[in-house]
Amino acid sequence: MTPDVVEFAPLAAEIFVLAMASFILVLDAYLPDSRRLIAFRLTQLTLLGAAILTWTQHQEMIGHTDRMVLLGGTYVADTMSMVLKMAVYVISAGVFLYSRDYLRDRGILKGEYFVLGLFGVLGMMVMISAHNMLTVYLGLELLSLSMYTMVAFQRDNGVASEAAMKYFVLGAIASGMLLYGISMIYGATGSLDLAAIGRYVAENGVTDNKILAFGIVFIVAGLAFKLGNAPFHMWVPDIYNGAPTAVTLYIGAAPKIAAFAMVIRVLVEGLGGMHADWTPMLIILAIASLAVGNVIAIAQTNIKRMLAYSTISHMGFVVLGILAANKAGYSGAMFYAITYALTSAGGFGLLVVLSRAGFEAEKLDDLKGLNDRNPWLAFLMLLLMFSMAGVPPTVGFYAKLSVLQAVISADMVWLAAVAVFFSIIGAFYYIRIVKLMYFDKPEDEAPIQAGFDTQMVLGANGLAVLALGIYPAGLMAWCAAALG
Amino acid sequence: MFTDLPLLSLVIWLPIIGGFLILALGSNADNAARRLALVVSIATFLISLPLWTGFDSSTAAMQFQEKAAWIPAFNINYHLGVDGLSMPLILLTTFTVVLVVIAGWEVIQNKPGQYMAAFLIMEGFMNGVFAALDAMLFYVFWEGMLIPMFLIIGIWGGPNRVYATIKFFLYTFLGSVFMLVALIYMYWQSDSFAILDFHTLKLSLNAQILIFIAFLLAFAVKVPMWPVHTWLPDAHVEAPTGGSVILAAIMLKIGGYGFLRFSLPIAPDGSKELDWLIIGMSLIAVVYIGFVALVQSDMKKLIAYSSIAHMGFVTLGFFIIFTILENTGGTSGAVLGIEGGMVQMISHGFISGAMFLGVGVMYDRVHSREIGAYGGVVHTMPKFAGFFVLFAMANAGLPGTSGFVGEFMVILAAFKANFWYAFLAATTLILGAAYTLWMVKRVIYGPVVNINVAGLEDLNRREFLIMALLAIAVLALGVYPAPLTQVMHASVENLVQHISVSKLP
Repeated sequence: MTPDVVEFAPLAAEIFVLAMASFILVLDAYLPDSRRLIAFRLTQLTLLGAAILTWTQHQEMIGHTDRMVLLGGTYVADTMSMVLKMAVYVISAGVFLYSRDYLRDRGILKGEYFVLGLFGVLGMMVMISAHNMLTVYLGLELLSLSMYTMVAFQRDNGVASEAAMKYFVLGAIASGMLLYGISMIYGATGSLDLAAIGRYVAENGVTDNKILAFGIVFIVAGLAFKLGNAPFHMWVPDIYNGAPTAVTLYIGAAPKIAAFAMVIRVLVEGLGGMHADWTPMLIILAIASLAVGNVIAIAQTNIKRMLAYSTISHMGFVVLGILAANKAGYSGAMFYAITYALTSAGGFGLLVVLSRAGFEAEKLDDLKGLNDRNPWLAFLMLLLMFSMAGVPPTVGFYAKLSVLQAVISADMVWLAAVAVFFSIIGAFYYIRIVKLMYFDKPEDEAPIQAGFDTQMVLGANGLAVLALGIYPAGLMAWCAAALG
Repeated sequence: MFTDLPLLSLVIWLPIIGGFLILALGSNADNAARRLALVVSIATFLISLPLWTGFDSSTAAMQFQEKAAWIPAFNINYHLGVDGLSMPLILLTTFTVVLVVIAGWEVIQNKPGQYMAAFLIMEGFMNGVFAALDAMLFYVFWEGMLIPMFLIIGIWGGPNRVYATIKFFLYTFLGSVFMLVALIYMYWQSDSFAILDFHTLKLSLNAQILIFIAFLLAFAVKVPMWPVHTWLPDAHVEAPTGGSVILAAIMLKIGGYGFLRFSLPIAPDGSKELDWLIIGMSLIAVVYIGFVALVQSDMKKLIAYSSIAHMGFVTLGFFIIFTILENTGGTSGAVLGIEGGMVQMISHGFISGAMFLGVGVMYDRVHSREIGAYGGVVHTMPKFAGFFVLFAMANAGLPGTSGFVGEFMVILAAFKANFWYAFLAATTLILGAAYTLWMVKRVIYGPVVNINVAGLEDLNRREFLIMALLAIAVLALGVYPAPLTQVMHASVENLVQHISVSKLP
């Protein structure tokens, strides 16, 4: 079966990103150091172009149908993929902008950062639109390989190299587990197509499920690793800490959205009929993540490590939404993943801005007295921290609300109570940051330099957390529609 | 004539927007920030007055309602409205914030703009809490309040402020998240977040008891009731004067208001089942905390403990009603109990605010809150001493002041429930007099003890104005409380009717 040319049209955005990434790669080889910013600008243009293409293709499709499966069932275009891709573009664009000055100050403003970043974005797009186990894996590996390399990007930095090596080895094990699980599913159902797997599970899953259940165990373990859920979380703090902050920023933001998409595609669209099997596993993952993330974060003195543990706990919340196994839960988890990526991008973006040539802002103490040094940045960080803690009127509250609501409507009030209990513990280390910024005297009086555009976007990012908190209905409606 | 305007939205958003404007002024415009804060707070107070003048006290229905869809996905609405329970509390809030702004005028030299802004934003949130008729809207305002208060205590507080503010934040956060779970549970049952829908929602006894406990965690921490009161003395002592005033005058009332708006009407059977617990906790607060107050050497701590004891009266008044209903068969005794609690809340708002401001006046001059650092203040500050003694008398429950009215109503109602409740509650008349007047004796009277006191200057015009306004309020409410009780009567009547009917399915 040869795919029709028309069938490629919905992939226009993917094709465009691939072409541009390759073009920038070649072009950058011929650019002198003084004109490195061209690669940066082209990257931003690529993301803009991809956004336009995704949007127009979606508008075209929505006139006829709300879901298209293409290329022999390996690729799907639906509302969810559109919303998630848009979120990936916006957040990645912000991430690249925040990184620019940081990279320049360290003499590593190379085209490769942007090229790898774009390939990562492509990987995320493939994961989001995957409709076949192999496509899922393909997207995941494209993203992961880009990230491994980015972590090692500052090659003279021993800590970063160690982190990259760890990430690579552990990531490979997780990919292996995922593949092993996929092969078992294939053995049981005779297909890699998620729709076909779904059909098989619907017909035979309940009666003949031993090998399927084994496959699910391995898949859940692999997915949990990629999401960074406890007890598969060991890599998260080391990698967040070891990588250059600009790369941590990249890893901590948009890939979470893609990982969420992967979980939905595999567990819900493929193995949704087996949710009675995977819900208990996810409950364990969720509780373990909430406990490990929130409790260990308290003991951290390095803010990147602290935010890494905070990520673990937030991914626990995302899993909490998914395990409710109802529509409200999926859309709640989607809302959570998107808003968390936004908040995380803002938080690490702020750290990037606070760092300067020869100085990394990564100890908690580096935030001391920020309100005296720059009240605007302190206010933004305040919003981000309260959002992570889930205090209204910031968006983090609605994210928690929508997830908890789903959990309760799945008749698991006790689980909601456990979740809020751990979020109280979590609140402590977020407000500790606010305490450092507002109540302590600054130790470091150096002025904070940041480009005008960085400040603008950082401001927009922080205020978006507030604006979405005051009026979350729009994004919530998108998320609900995406899983309709 | 003003009643066509969206008054409730105005009293919520005007101070919040004003607060952000002040932040936008930046750090080099201190005087402009102060003036703007005063203008905004007075404007908000004036706007809140038509809520009272235009209030129809013959009905228990919600008035000045505003409703708009907010988050359709969860059926959450921007729904505001007040009845006789919430309207007086909004007025108390807007009035108190004006005083707080004036009180902080010269005293706060460190970032006055941010200080004023934090208070104004908090005022908006507090008004929102009282006006919200949608549970999620309520929760958003309820939690949102924590952020400015956290900063106020932490930035402008005393030496141990960081410990105090983190304790304050975590305690209140702990209480409220379980309330969130209860609210979502009821949303799941009723498919609505409207508080009035929750009131009519049928719930099994088990569910009611669990919901009641979840609410209790939230409101008991806020009130605060023994044994979860320990954050209050710390927060009060370390907070700047304005922060203490807002905490005592309004934040504590929010817990009491929560019992009336949520716990009692939503889970009446659960409340009835557990009323012994609340009554017990209230009586312990009244008696035991009264003794604790007696031994304090720090004035702010003493007033903080006295606040806990007085709030014990409020919760006692609210929860003896089940016994009264059973004993008398009629509703009048129960109405008396709840109205007594409400009057006590408003009156305590004035009195404790005044007491904290009084301590603040002395602290600004001597920089000590220790009782031992004072003595003979009356010789150097006669005007101040007059006011302070008046407020102390009111705190002790002297007839003719507002402090007497609420306590008397609650004790009277308690007699209809159980003699021993009334007996224990009445000990506060002795204990309250003992700890307050003993402090007054040591601080105000006697010979001048040291050069600090000898060099004290009497009240300036600004301080005199605040004290005079509060004195008028305390005396007016003490001599003629009828306007207040009339306003709330229909709502309380309706509440008692509602509670006396079982909600079991």
